[in-house]
Amino acid sequence: MSTPASTGQGGGDAVWTKHAKRVLLAWLVLSAIGTPIIWFVLGPHLPPGKGSVQAAGQVFDNTVLTAVLTPVIALLVVFFVYALTQFRAESSTDLTDGPPMRNDSTVQTWWVAVTGVVVLFLAGFGTYELLKDGSGGGQGPSPIAKVSGSNLQVQVIAQQWEFTYRYPSYGGLETSQLELPANTTVVLHVTSLDATHSFWARQLGVKADANPGVDNVVYVQTKNPMAFDIHCAELCGLWHGYMFDTGHVVQASEFASWIKQQQQVFASIAKYMPKYATFYYPDPQRRAG
Amino acid sequence: MSTVAVDVRPPLWRRLIGFNLLTGIVLGVAGWYVGWYLAHAISAASLDYFSAVDYNELSVALAYIFGVLGFLIGLGFLNYPIARLRGYPPSLREKETGGVGRYFSLCTDHKVVGIQYLIGIGVFVFIGGVNAMLIRAELLSPTREIFPAGTYLTIVGVHGTMMMGMMTSGILGPFGNYLVPLMIGARRMAFPRIEALTFWILMAGGTILETTIFFGGFPTGWTGYAPLNIEANVGMVCYILFFALVGISMTLLGLNMIVTILTMRAPGLTWTRLPIFVWGVLSTSTLMVLAAPVLIATLLMALLDRTAQTNFFIPSQGGSSYLYENLFWFFGHPEVYILALPGFGIVLELLPVFARKPLWGYRLAVAGMLGVALLSFFVWQHHLFVSGMNADLRPFYILSTELISIPTGFTFLCGMMTLWRGRIRYSVPMLFALAWFFNFLIGGLTGVFLSDAPSDVTTHGSFFSMAHFHYTIMGGLVFTFFAGIYYWVPKMTGFMLNETLGKVHFWMMFVFFNLTFFPLFIAGFFGQPRRVVTYPKNLQFLNDWVSVCAFVLGASMLVFIYNFVKSMLFDRVPAPANPWGSKSIEFQLPSPVPVHDFDRIPVFSGDPYGYGEAPTPVIVPAGAPAGRD
Amino acid sequence: MRSTTWKLIGVVLGVLLVGLLIGFYVSSLTKENGSPSYTVPVQNNNGHPVVNMTIQTVAAVGPEYSSNPDFVSYLIRNTQGKWVRSTVWRVPANATVHVTIYNFDGNSGLRNAYLARPMGVDGNVEMIDGTAADAINPDDASHTFAVPAYHLIVPLPGVADNAKNQCGVAPCTLSMAHRTVTFTFHTGAAGHYRWQCFVPCAAGWLYGFGGPMQTIGYMDGFLDVV
Repeated sequence: MSTPASTGQGGGDAVWTKHAKRVLLAWLVLSAIGTPIIWFVLGPHLPPGKGSVQAAGQVFDNTVLTAVLTPVIALLVVFFVYALTQFRAESSTDLTDGPPMRNDSTVQTWWVAVTGVVVLFLAGFGTYELLKDGSGGGQGPSPIAKVSGSNLQVQVIAQQWEFTYRYPSYGGLETSQLELPANTTVVLHVTSLDATHSFWARQLGVKADANPGVDNVVYVQTKNPMAFDIHCAELCGLWHGYMFDTGHVVQASEFASWIKQQQQVFASIAKYMPKYATFYYPDPQRRAG
Repeated sequence: MSTVAVDVRPPLWRRLIGFNLLTGIVLGVAGWYVGWYLAHAISAASLDYFSAVDYNELSVALAYIFGVLGFLIGLGFLNYPIARLRGYPPSLREKETGGVGRYFSLCTDHKVVGIQYLIGIGVFVFIGGVNAMLIRAELLSPTREIFPAGTYLTIVGVHGTMMMGMMTSGILGPFGNYLVPLMIGARRMAFPRIEALTFWILMAGGTILETTIFFGGFPTGWTGYAPLNIEANVGMVCYILFFALVGISMTLLGLNMIVTILTMRAPGLTWTRLPIFVWGVLSTSTLMVLAAPVLIATLLMALLDRTAQTNFFIPSQGGSSYLYENLFWFFGHPEVYILALPGFGIVLELLPVFARKPLWGYRLAVAGMLGVALLSFFVWQHHLFVSGMNADLRPFYILSTELISIPTGFTFLCGMMTLWRGRIRYSVPMLFALAWFFNFLIGGLTGVFLSDAPSDVTTHGSFFSMAHFHYTIMGGLVFTFFAGIYYWVPKMTGFMLNETLGKVHFWMMFVFFNLTFFPLFIAGFFGQPRRVVTYPKNLQFLNDWVSVCAFVLGASMLVFIYNFVKSMLFDRVPAPANPWGSKSIEFQLPSPVPVHDFDRIPVFSGDPYGYGEAPTPVIVPAGAPAGRD
Repeated sequence: MRSTTWKLIGVVLGVLLVGLLIGFYVSSLTKENGSPSYTVPVQNNNGHPVVNMTIQTVAAVGPEYSSNPDFVSYLIRNTQGKWVRSTVWRVPANATVHVTIYNFDGNSGLRNAYLARPMGVDGNVEMIDGTAADAINPDDASHTFAVPAYHLIVPLPGVADNAKNQCGVAPCTLSMAHRTVTFTFHTGAAGHYRWQCFVPCAAGWLYGFGGPMQTIGYMDGFLDVV
């Protein structure tokens, strides 16, 4: 039952080196074929699309991550397919023991070194991508990854269960739809009036939690005119699943006429509006009634 | 033994009256009403202060707290302290012998508690699974509703909370309690009454969570974010009390395990000879003890916000919704490793047996588990990358989160090198253990996308993250849970499980698990946020596909239940002492393990992985007499 | 042999019990908090479907209508002239919808003042007690009727605090103090559109947004456009 199977599958160390070489070779071939395919064929189709500079940055980020992880997947697939087919017991009752390998410091060192290098590279790369332009994520009231130059400020007000938008540079104009001018740096200020929401403009690569009393800033550089999906991405109560809409990136001239039209709608309510602020604490602040 | 005690069993009706589950339920219901009326008495004078206008929330909370106390008293948890106060000598005789009745009462035998855990958790996980089926039924169509939107959120919440709460003890409860004392050569756990307490608290908690549907349910999912959790229906109290009870149960369970492993190892069982499963239990227990109290405190704050009008989580009154998120995830991220680490332990414990080779790189495997446990306390804000909180700390959390792949990689390396040149037998437990590698690989690699702040912007809060954690928790934990069941249940019950049905179960579960959850990554990429009752029309095909596969996945659980009932009740094929040819100590004992397991405390002279090595006796039957405690 | 029979009977009973429990669970979930659907009768105007809806909002729905008698709620008048509590309304696609809302509730005030501007209805105005209004004071808002997918919002002004003969519990009659709001909108393509109230009118809940504000059948419902 516990006799070592030194001859069980034949061969001395040379044979086992051969097995290891086969796995390495198959891995190298698979990685060499797979990684370019992932990079060039799958990469351009990875989400969230190239609707904004930030979204395009995320596509690049996703491409790099997928490409780096392809050899990892390839190694495990090759290893398991090889090991599980080659190193089988003769039957389910065959209790012959395998060789008593307990350790191999070379393998350990290599493994730790390689995973360490990959991990440090990914963390460094992610940090670089993040600090370049904020990658479309919410950065809180004092952002560290700013995009310089002229910009348009837009406030996103989340409430149960609708997003509304304020344009402070147009007299605190509030709208129920989101339109943004093309090829512009937009600074979104995301806040909430009640529960925690999350503003997700998918094709623009923007996501930022909306917390009451918080001004969560996002930088996004729009590109060509397009429509984009808006979802709430944080569970916020009954209509969370229905809290979606379509926003538009439009040409500057179209944007100007849209603003004019919205200002006409807004005129009748303007006198009741609170002054523009980075966040609001409307009544009731606790229980109503 | 010269005098044999004559077992005079009283009649059935006499046995039903006494400290057992029945009296526990009776006193539990009585306690519920005591709390209910007490709270009404307290708050009648100050109704406005303590409660909202149309319901008395305090009374629901107090009713359940008193109900749990009554339940525990009815089970007999006060008998021992009272006996000691009255001057009786210490004893450990709570139902240590006896028939089936032991399983329905406070029992201090760790083997009984293990089986109680297995069945008890199984029942609640089944309920969680039924809820999962209801979720997928609702998502068959984006427009037609089976459940009202609010009820749907309750179903999602009950599914998530039940699974997260119950499966924290999913492996430590049944297998930890049953096997750790055996594996370390102890006759019992360090605190046997606390061991029983953790189980019964968990059962009380699960029942409370299910009753949430009578109080309007709760809309928050398992994370219970503020301030929605303050705004929600009274059903939220059931969530709060369930998770608080789970937290108490986890803390006590972890403490018990740590003390047992630290102090009760048999002679010769040095740290490098400990079975790797025990290391998994030890690292998990450390996380439990350090993380769960934070959860209990957080939920207490939420309960006070709801009942006593405090403002911990209400921003306009000086509180903060970030405070809740911080505290919750400080518990919540270690929590997911509490779910994952026992799985590492089971996989590495099973591979040497079925590959007939020693565990490769024992120290590296241990370092991997401890490394994961340590790092898991430094990563929680990766759940909050887009929340706007501490945005300048994001690079740190990217790094710390991705560092976790290094110790996780240790587990993979040790497993892979154990298989290398092995003589692999594809028994059912081994199939489940091997599936872990595939599932956890996908779960782990998709985790890289979530740990990287730029790509997390798109994946966060979408079905992508939902698919990711189902791959790690269902693929990582539930598969190893079943590996453990197929591997150890013959030892625990004395009857083999049917191998053919086991293989049917495995292949059905493995194939349809992947067919169910892999498409959800794509759904997330295409804009389906988590916990939605509706979704864009172009995702309907994807969702229908997932629903149908999920139903088959659910059916694979029925195959398992059929197998379990058939094998345990009808076929009853006696299990040999060592059905798998393992060198671990529990398989040197008869199946099922008798109540008095070790006649003499064993002495260890090596680890249990000496396959292919010169046969060294692991147990020297010459230790001290094991005597009664 | 005999013990096998008993075990079989036990297993069958167990399976039946579990099945019954699951059935009970599912059926109670499908009923809980839901709202019956109400098909609004359609009139044809030269082939163009026209729909009239008469609705009331009331501070407390009362024991006659609900097991939550103090929930604030919408009611709709059916063809027999009886008020029913249904908030899932089936209306035809591409139709003109004339709505009359009698509001019997006092004001709570809007959390977002912008939503006091009627939008998405004909002329972007609503008729309040016969007078056209293109905005109301947000503090006077009692409820809103809003279909976010249509960007439709109609604020409903509340009954003055000192009004005589206020209606506390449904059903209210038109002899009691109320405000009448009428407006017209158009349904588009078929679909399942939710509607909701935006005023924090759920007394007793945080921000006035729990309970009836988060339960279909009171302050939330669907427009089932078919």
